[in-house]
Order: sequence, then C-alpha cells, then structure tokens
Amino acid sequence: MRVELDGLSKAWDGVVGADNITLDIADGDLVAFLGPSGCGKTTTLLMVAGIYKPTAGTISFDGVVVNEVAPKDRHVGMVFQSYALYPHMTVFGNISYPLRIQKVNKEEIRERVQKVADMMGIGHLLDRKIAQLSGGQQQRVSLGRALVKEPEVLLFDEPLSNLDARLRLTMRGEIKRIQEDLGITSIYVTHDQVEAMTMADKIAVMSEGVLQAYDLPEDLYDHPKTLFVAGFVGNPPMNFFDVEIMSSNGGFHAKSEAIDLALPDDRAQKAAVAKGNVVMGVRPEDVYLVDDTAPPSEGSTLSASIEVVEPLGREDLVGVTIGDVQLRVLVDKTKGARVGDNVELAFDLSKVQLFDPESEKSLLWK
Amino acid sequence: MTDKQGVTDLAKPRPGIPKQTRSSLRRRVRSNLSAYGFLLPTMVLVATFFIASGVILVVLSFTDLSSSNFTRPWNFIGFDNFSRLFSDPFFPKILRNTAFYVFTTLIFFNLGLALVLALVTTTIPRRIGFFFRLVWLLPRLTPSVIYILMWKRIGSGDPYGIFNQIAPGFLGASGGNLFLGGSPWTFVILTNGFVGASFGMIIFTSALLSIPEDLITAAKVDGAGTWRIIKDIKLPLIKWPLLFIATYQTLSLLTSFEYILLLTEGGPGLFTTEVWALTAYKRAFSSYFGNSQWAFGATWAIVLVAVALLLAVVYVKIFKFNELIEEPRIENL
Repeated sequence: MRVELDGLSKAWDGVVGADNITLDIADGDLVAFLGPSGCGKTTTLLMVAGIYKPTAGTISFDGVVVNEVAPKDRHVGMVFQSYALYPHMTVFGNISYPLRIQKVNKEEIRERVQKVADMMGIGHLLDRKIAQLSGGQQQRVSLGRALVKEPEVLLFDEPLSNLDARLRLTMRGEIKRIQEDLGITSIYVTHDQVEAMTMADKIAVMSEGVLQAYDLPEDLYDHPKTLFVAGFVGNPPMNFFDVEIMSSNGGFHAKSEAIDLALPDDRAQKAAVAKGNVVMGVRPEDVYLVDDTAPPSEGSTLSASIEVVEPLGREDLVGVTIGDVQLRVLVDKTKGARVGDNVELAFDLSKVQLFDPESEKSLLWK
Repeated sequence: MTDKQGVTDLAKPRPGIPKQTRSSLRRRVRSNLSAYGFLLPTMVLVATFFIASGVILVVLSFTDLSSSNFTRPWNFIGFDNFSRLFSDPFFPKILRNTAFYVFTTLIFFNLGLALVLALVTTTIPRRIGFFFRLVWLLPRLTPSVIYILMWKRIGSGDPYGIFNQIAPGFLGASGGNLFLGGSPWTFVILTNGFVGASFGMIIFTSALLSIPEDLITAAKVDGAGTWRIIKDIKLPLIKWPLLFIATYQTLSLLTSFEYILLLTEGGPGLFTTEVWALTAYKRAFSSYFGNSQWAFGATWAIVLVAVALLLAVVYVKIFKFNELIEEPRIENL
C-alpha cells in the first residue's frame, strides 16, 4: 500500500502538533519518523491511524483519500510503546480481538492466531494473562495483535523504548525481518536514531511539527540538508563553527579568531558563491590527533587542549578547546588522551558541511 | 514488616525451650502497641454504635417492650415477635416492595444512570463533562430533607404541585394527582435515584479516566466501535468499582427509608410504598395508636440486618472480592 501525506497539519487551539507534512511512502517500505520528544511524529502517526482528524491536508492510501475513513476501516495495525494490551484478556484474547470484531469464524481465528503467535515465538503462551508476561513477550503479543488482521499499513509508536538495551537489539532485527518478509508498508516512530538508521528504508526527520528532511538514511548522514538534521543525526553530534570563507592563493580557507583551515575546493566554491559567513560542520570522527605516523597535509591542523576524556570502550570521546571554540573528537583509545594535554588536531575536511547561518539550510545540498 | 515477622517468630512453638506464654504475649502486644493505638478510636466507635447497639437490639427483640410498659422490668416473650412478624398479613407485600425498591433504584439509577453519566461526561469535552457532573452532584449538596420536600411539593396533587398544574396542558389529562399520588413508586424511585446516581458517577468517572488512552486507541485501530469499546474494554476495566457500588448501594438502599417516609409515608393507601426499614421505624416510633412498639420494631430491624449480612456474604462470594485485595504480580520488564 502506498501512503501519501499531503500538506498534513494538526493544531489544537493554536498549538501546532504537525505543520504541513508532505511525504510519500512507497509500497512495502519502512519509513522512520525521527525526532526529539514533542516534535509531532506521534501526532502524525495518529492521523494516519485515524485517531486524530487532520486540521488540514490529506492522507491517501493507494491514491484514495482516507481522511474521513474511520480507524477500523483503514486496515492498519498499530504497536505501542506501552504495548497497550488489554489486561483483562489472555494472550489469545488479545491477539484474536481484531478478528473477533470482524466476526471471523472460530476455527479460522484459532488458526490465524496460532500462526501469528508461532511466528512471534509466543505460540506456547496463548493461555497466559498479560501480567504473567515479560516486557519482551508483551511487545510480541502487541505485534501479533497488529499483524493478525493482515493489515495493509503497520504503525509503530516507539515500540522498543520500554525494553532493555539487549532486548531492543534483538527485537529491532525481528521487527525488520517480519516487516520485510510480509512486505507491509510501515511507519516507525522513534527518537532513537540508531533504530531509524538501521531499520528504515527512508527517514523523515521532524522537529517542532515541521518535516526537516525526508531522505535515505545514508543521505541524512552524509548530505544533511539543514543544520537541524546535521546536528540531530549522528552520535556523538556534529561539531559546528562560525567561520568566514576566504579565498587566498587560489585556495579557500575557513577562518575565525581561533580557526584557520584549508577547505576542499569543490565544497568551498559552492558555499563561497553565496556567502562569506557560514556555519561549518565537522563530525567527531573526521578529526584526528596528530602523531608521527601520519603527517597531516598543510593547512589542516590546529593546536588544542584536552578538557574532558570520556572512555566509550572502543574509543575515547574527547572534549577539546581551540581558543574559545569547543568541539568533540573521537580518538583511538591507544592514543592515551589525558585531560590537560596540549595536542595537534588534524581535520579531514573532505566531508565538511557548510550551512547558511540565517536560513540554516545547507549550502552544499539542495 | 519487622514487627510482623517478630510476631510470627514468637508465636511459633520452639522445641527445647520452656513455654513463656505470658511474657511472649506481653512482648507481642508491646511490639504492636502503636498499631493498636491507631485502631483504638475506630474500635471504640464500632463497639459503641455497632456492636453494643446490635446486642441491645437482639435482646430487645425477645421482649415486649413498648411505650405502654417501659416502666416495668423487661418481659421476655421468646420468639413471639418473630412469629408475629412473619405472620403479618402485609409481610409478603413489604418484602416485595423492598426488593422492588432496592433493585429498581440500584439497576436503573445507582448503577445504570451513574454509568451512563460517567461514560458520557468522560467522552464529551473535559470542561463540559465537569460542568454536568457538578450539576448532578447538586442534590447531594442540598440537605436531603429540603431536597425531598422540594420534590414532594413539585409532585403533590392539584392545586399545589407544579407538575400537576402544568400537566393537563400538554398531557390532556384533567388535573388531579398524576404524579406523587398517581404513580408513587415512580416518583419515589426517581427522587431517590437522581441523588443516588451521583455517587456511582463519581467513582465510575475516576475509574474510566484512569484507563490508559493507548488502550482505547488500540481498540479503535483493532476495529472496535464505540459500543464495543464500552463493552469489551471500558466495562471490564472498571469491573471492581462496578461491583463495589452494586454491593454498597444494595446495602444502603435496604436501610434507606427517609425518602419514602417524607414523600409518601408508605402510602398512598395501605402499604403501597412501604419498605422494610420504614416498617421497622414505624413500629418502633410512630404507631398510629400512639403506642411505640420498641421491641417489635427491633425485631423488624434485626431481621433486616440478618438479610443484609446474608446479602453481603453472597455479594462477596459471587464477586470474588478476595481477588480484589490480592497482591498484584510484579511485572518483570
């Protein structure tokens, strides 16, 4: 089922929940709505489900506008963060509920519930009460209930947020596998960018009710179109600097009081045409501590002092200052970074991002 | 927690150690002293106004004490009062009246209307719902005698009652006494029910509002319409408040008689709207011939208490109240 949102908005007494959301979800795709709390992603999801009525805009399933269609007639299945299982029913009662409402005959209900439950690995728990299940099992029941009526659209509202980290990892894989196997068009709301990056075919980044970007996961990371997306996608987040782009000796430099770095021509040219002052973004993994083994190219180093060292296990996240500018750098553990050290930093600027400080739009990607 | 464990440890017989019942009892009492302290005021109240008066009532029901002979020593007459009660020609009628009054009011108002009000006022916008709940609470804020007398005046016969003055205009009836006089039961039950519904309404409202919104959303997505959501989700989830109100209101309706006393005094005619509690009151305190048969009234009351106790036990058994106070299972996420 192809899902199209066109200018979709929702407001309550002047408070805007979702503002002019337009996007197009291809049949069988899983799209993640990614954004911080209160960004309107759940509001948008509930409009697709038919729980909220849009203030403006349309929702279409396979080209048919469904704004006025009741939730029960939309053929959607939904999975909730709270699981939203009916506590007074057994596992069987929960999974069979959508079918019982459709008045499917008893024999078929039993068959279909058993099939879905087996697929979810909870086939042996059908007689249990909900309170007798672990969180992971409950989430499987919830997914089973959404799948049993063979929906044409699956909606996930932060389904893994209440699970512990390890279980989250397992369920992430399972949900993706089932979704791909069944080929059901899905919308997956999450604030966890790892979930979004790993599971989604496309990601819609939202903030304050506005759709900030709608792109392939790798494009969001490598070609962020707005400052918000650049800062939100990627962990630890991108470093930003206010700089001026100057051309000298046939090359481009990014300059501020503390910084003077040579920029790659292709990227700098695009930016310099438009502006002198720009916001420059560099990811923490594109900055290195200079040592003797790999001498840096000219104009790409700055001296800095280490303020904070946070060991992440595989590497260290190091907070440094260059003059009055602060940034975060991912450093190989073997470098043995210590607080107070003065170091030389080398910048790999082949992936530098440049933004207009006023419109906060990328100067590189349209 | 430690106190409790201490008690059970001490209470266990220990082989090889000589019995020290007295001192262990003293220690047990001492270790729970604060608990007894907190219980004391309630225990005094219960002992004075429930147990003591109950005992007096039982004793009284075996005598012939009345306002005509209360200066003499009590004269015990065995089960005479009881056989008089059960052979009273109006006993079956009073029994039927009581059952009718209790269960009609309970089902249509204290449960039915209360549930409808709670469901409606939690579905419409919050403020409007709050307003209507407040309106329904107004009779409860009014002293009950004033409330009852107001309805009595509204429903009383032509030319006094407002309804009976207006009714001929649009009912085409010829004045007279259509309401309190014409259909006394309806009027009594409506008057009581309008007040009685508000208690359940408040309890049900809070129970309904505590149902997580996600459950309702899930049910809608699962395909449930309004009626199925009420039947399959909301009602089962407020099962305990429903059973509690059913039990509590049955028992309080059994002993309620002030509405009938003030509206109809059990009439019009012979025992038309007379219920058990009203009979007990009348026998004990307001005999037509000026003779208050205190002992006979006590007999009516004590049988009513026995019936109420029996009903309470039946309710507790049927509704499995022990499950209600069961400790919830701790979920492991």
